[in-house]
Amino acid sequence: MAAGMTYFPIATNTLGSAAPSVTFSSISGSYTDLIIVQSSQTSAGGYTRITFNSDTGSNYSNTQIYGSGTTAGTSRTTSSSYIQSGYSTASVQVSLIHQIMNYSNSATYKTTIMRWNDTSDTVGASVGLWRSTSAITSITLTQGSGNYNTGSTFTLYGISAA
Amino acid sequence: MAYSFELIEAKTLGSNTANVNFTSIPQTYTDLYLLISARSTRGTYSDSSCYVKVNSSSTSYTSKLFEGSGSAVGSFNGNTTRLHDCIIPADGAATANTFSNIRVYLPNYAGSNYKSSTADSIMETNAATAYAQLWAGLWSNTAAITEINLSDPLGNFKTGSTFYLYGIKNS
Repeated sequence: MAAGMTYFPIATNTLGSAAPSVTFSSISGSYTDLIIVQSSQTSAGGYTRITFNSDTGSNYSNTQIYGSGTTAGTSRTTSSSYIQSGYSTASVQVSLIHQIMNYSNSATYKTTIMRWNDTSDTVGASVGLWRSTSAITSITLTQGSGNYNTGSTFTLYGISAA
Repeated sequence: MAYSFELIEAKTLGSNTANVNFTSIPQTYTDLYLLISARSTRGTYSDSSCYVKVNSSSTSYTSKLFEGSGSAVGSFNGNTTRLHDCIIPADGAATANTFSNIRVYLPNYAGSNYKSSTADSIMETNAATAYAQLWAGLWSNTAAITEINLSDPLGNFKTGSTFYLYGIKNS
């Protein structure tokens, strides 16, 4: 990718108060892929859950690989009401990077890939699927337990292929 | 429309070098993204390491590694004196002309929270020894990151190794 040519900031949210979820809405369809960079702390340990277009049906699945520092593992969920994304230990600064490919096309189901980094729990990667051909216009990140703490940041970028 | 992905500095080694440093990093970005293509002059062995530190600090790091070699997977806790130990091929036994592919992402590097880091590293040499690594890193320090310090502790980074530091803005 040429520097300074295809990576656009769409929106950023720095939490002024604790919140259980963050939503990016009215997302333009003018990019190719989306990236969300999440730098956060949480009030309770749990996975970030991703849903699209407010769909809470059993239309999501994901597969993960991870390492705890002593053991390596893998897990998956199917027909879930969300994509189970990265884990966060309570009160530990973590970073998660979510990439959503071809989010605006209306012909294919939507796939995601993400990396999570929690040095108190696990390092891992996850792939996800939303079984919908609808263009993604909103994304909600929900902490599985408790809140995202004040000062957590979530930034949505658009990547253009041309 | 604003462009948010900017090259801060590029380094291409013209000679074998043990240490590569990015200093006086501007504090005007939101995140930092480092891309490395490196090889080591280390003898005898097929691999070496690319240590990643910040602000010349050798303390307050925590890290975890998940890796696969093509035949096995494993997970390890990293050394507390550096952020990441990324693998790179070495002259001693690695296929000639093969270099690593490493990316390091540092969100909110100028903020006052502890600094969490993502790194992915691969060493693919079309030989028996190959690795894909996922790293999680944390520097438990509230200082802004103004330097990134890279070193090969077992040899030198080989001529032709490249190091690109990008800044990403969120607005």
